[in-house]
Amino acid sequence: GGMLALAVLLLLLAAGPGRAAAGPGRDALREELLLSPLPNGDVAATFQFRTRWDADLPRGAVSHYRLFPKALGQLVAALGVRELHLTLTQGFWRTQAWGQPPLQAPSGAELWVWFQPTVTDVDKAWKELSNILSGIFCASLNFIDATNTVTPTASFKPLGLANGTDHDLLRYAVLPREVVCTENLTPWKKLLPCGSKAGLAVLLKAERLFHSSYHSQAVHIRPICRDASCLAVSWELRQTLTVVFDTFSSGQGKKDWSLFKMFSRTLTDACPLASQSKVYVDISPKNKEKELLEVTPPPTSVYEATVQGDKRTYAVYDLLSPSLFNTSRSLNVQFKWKRPEDSSEMPIPILHAQRYVSGYGLQTGEISTLIYNTHPYRAFPVILLETVPWYLRLYVHTLTIITKGKENKPSYIHYQPAQDRRRPHLLEMLIQLPANSNTKISIQFERALLKWTEYPPDPNHGFYVSSSVLSALVPSITAMKDVDVEESPLFTSLFPSADGSSYFVRLYTEPLLVNLPTPDFSMPYNVICLTCTVVAVCYGSFYNLLTRTFHVEEPSRGGLAKRLANIIRKFRGVPPL
Amino acid sequence: AAQFQLSVPVAVVFAPGSLPRDPLRPLPFRDVREMEIPVNVRTSVTSRYEMLYRSTTAQEEAALDAATAREAVAALHPLQDAALGSLTMYVVPETSPLLPQGINAYVGKHRSALVRAAGTLPALRSRLQQLTQVMSFTASSITAALSDRVPDGQPGPDARRNLKSSLGYEITFSLLNPDPKSHDVHWAIEDAVTRYVQPVLDKLSLVANFSVDSQILYYAVLGVTPRYDKESSSFLLSAHSLPHVINPVEARLGSSAASLYPVLNFLLYIPERSHSPLYIQDKDGAPVSTNAFHSPRWGGIVVYNVEAPASPQASLPLHVDVDMARVMEVFLAQLRLLFGLSREELPPEFLLESPGNEGLADWELDRLLWAHTVENIATVATTLTSLAQLLDKIGNIVIKDDVASEVYRAVASAQSAMDKLATGHLHSAFQASKEAATSSERAFFDPSLLHLLYFPDDQKFAIYVPLFLPMAVPILLSLAKIIRETRQKKKEPTKVD
Repeated sequence: GGMLALAVLLLLLAAGPGRAAAGPGRDALREELLLSPLPNGDVAATFQFRTRWDADLPRGAVSHYRLFPKALGQLVAALGVRELHLTLTQGFWRTQAWGQPPLQAPSGAELWVWFQPTVTDVDKAWKELSNILSGIFCASLNFIDATNTVTPTASFKPLGLANGTDHDLLRYAVLPREVVCTENLTPWKKLLPCGSKAGLAVLLKAERLFHSSYHSQAVHIRPICRDASCLAVSWELRQTLTVVFDTFSSGQGKKDWSLFKMFSRTLTDACPLASQSKVYVDISPKNKEKELLEVTPPPTSVYEATVQGDKRTYAVYDLLSPSLFNTSRSLNVQFKWKRPEDSSEMPIPILHAQRYVSGYGLQTGEISTLIYNTHPYRAFPVILLETVPWYLRLYVHTLTIITKGKENKPSYIHYQPAQDRRRPHLLEMLIQLPANSNTKISIQFERALLKWTEYPPDPNHGFYVSSSVLSALVPSITAMKDVDVEESPLFTSLFPSADGSSYFVRLYTEPLLVNLPTPDFSMPYNVICLTCTVVAVCYGSFYNLLTRTFHVEEPSRGGLAKRLANIIRKFRGVPPL
Repeated sequence: AAQFQLSVPVAVVFAPGSLPRDPLRPLPFRDVREMEIPVNVRTSVTSRYEMLYRSTTAQEEAALDAATAREAVAALHPLQDAALGSLTMYVVPETSPLLPQGINAYVGKHRSALVRAAGTLPALRSRLQQLTQVMSFTASSITAALSDRVPDGQPGPDARRNLKSSLGYEITFSLLNPDPKSHDVHWAIEDAVTRYVQPVLDKLSLVANFSVDSQILYYAVLGVTPRYDKESSSFLLSAHSLPHVINPVEARLGSSAASLYPVLNFLLYIPERSHSPLYIQDKDGAPVSTNAFHSPRWGGIVVYNVEAPASPQASLPLHVDVDMARVMEVFLAQLRLLFGLSREELPPEFLLESPGNEGLADWELDRLLWAHTVENIATVATTLTSLAQLLDKIGNIVIKDDVASEVYRAVASAQSAMDKLATGHLHSAFQASKEAATSSERAFFDPSLLHLLYFPDDQKFAIYVPLFLPMAVPILLSLAKIIRETRQKKKEPTKVD
């Protein structure tokens, strides 16, 4: 009896509810959590929820939604969006200490959208889109306007299906000042079919997520091939969330961690709508010879793959596998180091970058970007995208790119100068990075004086310059196999891989904070007060002079001053007054 | 002060042998009757019934020979004036077999009715008037339409029930499945929309634009925990707790991102396994037969109980296919209620033909148009009045040319709508009122007319306080001195005496 029931259960789970809905408009949900210990001891948790819908959205005919959120579907259909990428990030991914990020995003809000070729007025659609998104996600995306929007020509290629890449259909904007908090997380969670009621999303507890070194949530919508023949289009919505927990400081000096310690929750079930629900834990051995770490409970399986040019091993917990919850009702993945790790060397990522502002005073300055290629023998090109607000006037003739002491001529430059109050500077360059080198790119600028109404609240805080973007195909150390996107884990399948020998990396540098000459905003009022007081005093004395009647007064014994003067005169031996 | 005059052209056609004993004049003749509908002090509505009395033509006579009223009305339909708002009443003899016993009027699904002849003209007139009001507008329907827009109007008991007039509506059907672990619910919404909803909306497309969509929400729970009733071993949701049901659900529904039209929500709620079966109780504690309720101006909710499986060991989740015909019947009834088209408060001697698949008779559409036209004009009046108030408040506000032209257009369209109403051209009146509403809204919500863009005068004064205050000190001091001196002068003579 028990065996039979189990068999029935197994059968049911194999044909989970996500796959049961056959016919047109089929949709499926996959959820995934990737836990990876970072080189310096922190832990990164990357959630991915992927809704795939086999329907043609932009036709407008489809208006019946099941797993795909209606709000986003209507937006895509109404505004002719082909691809939408929105990230909201708090904190900065420290590439040097944490290694290559699975999905990096610039701090603040980043939005880039490819529109359909049928959209006639792209700027209007872009404006409308950013306003609606700001309503959906409670973010200040409505501050996206012509002064911070650019149309890159090389950096942001469509990630999904695309025929023809006319750059006029692309818009890109970053709001580095945007602060991400709970009010942005709640609408994001609401888009998940299971909300935060079941599945991996139960771990998404705001108070823990924002008690972290890095928090980045994203929404990616793109068209993908429905099957291998690619005759029909499906739409994919990926909701990703990356958090980095500082386990070292919260774990009393130990680098051990568990789901409960990080999220103060454990997993009890998979989202019943998901056709796949997995937890991956990165257990790649650092040194080949000895196993240092231990995960409990024992994983359902072990998955090996080449991710970002590195061979990696993952412990996999399949939440849909009934054996997982046999022994205990909840899953609390625990990670232990067997003996204190000798914190000797941290692996240096092949590509990383830094950026800073130099110079003194409030008139001129210099933006310098340092790009490192630590690959021992391979050179590769990188596309650098800089967007600088108009109030920093770039001197393009001062642009210098120096590698190993010699000037490095970029093979492609696209520069769009700023127009005051109309559009920002856009600088795109394709730079060849020689093996084992660092490249310094510097450009000087002058600070503009703003009108007094253009200063934001708290102008002395400074003005943000958004991160510059590095896109590169980084040569892989170990060869990668071509994998089927539908079968491989989600964390490997957002960016299309070109071939087996290299992998795509997009890096963001630090956002910059630049001080502009800021006037004393209380000065006008001070001037008004001062002049008014002077005028009033003059007026008062004139008034008194004109209205008082004067008459001669009989000399009296005199006041205090006179008596004092007489005392002094007495001492001096002079006759009193 | 708005003076509405609503004219309804009515053709009264006498079948042979139905003429009252005391006709005013020989047929055909015209007769106009006016009626005042009191709304409030500033608004008055005059309804004007333009009756054209005539006798039947040969064709109409042949059509009236049909066996049943239904067939007769159907045969008469191609012979009538098809204009919106105009009505045709066929007076049949008192002994006519077309109308069943005790029924005095039969209202067809288009714009015509059969009326049983009354002996005298006044008796017939009162019957005709009652019928005309049913088929066009009543005092209460007009007052309800005006209640929101006209300042200090007294809202009636059901004044706030009907939807506000708008250029478009979004209809959203949502399936709420709070327990996807136990219920795997499927609904053939696409098919149900084309089969049941689309015919109604095609009919209503004259009134507004409609868009329909649907979604499925999982883990969406009602805000109220139902009470367990041991007797019936079911869960009960009492009427007084229903207001608390909607709010938590509303947060999940999500507003429509791409349009600004009001949303009508129709929710199908599948209770959790641990809370089913779930029944809604009315105020008296009796179960509601439809197991549904509606919220004015918001939408409706239907609770759909899933039958418990025969064997408790049945595997979960249960596959549930929703019976869409049953659900859509309730939703369409709720849709009619939301538009204020209930058929309840009719006199018992009136028989209405069922509107069939379209869900809406032509004269019901007219009723909607009458009410919405009046409401639109009233909206335009209030919008422009508040715009004028704003301009009065800020003297130096800048009115751009396009805003001015929108205001002129709104006034002209509203005027033309009033004229068209007075002459009985309902369709063009409604179109004009829609244009007027659009123009006035566009003028009112123009970004250049933002109140905050203008520097308020009281703050200007605050800036000059540092000037005025020290200047006031010597003036006030000398004033005080003058007062003191005059007082002393008054006192001094009494001292001398």
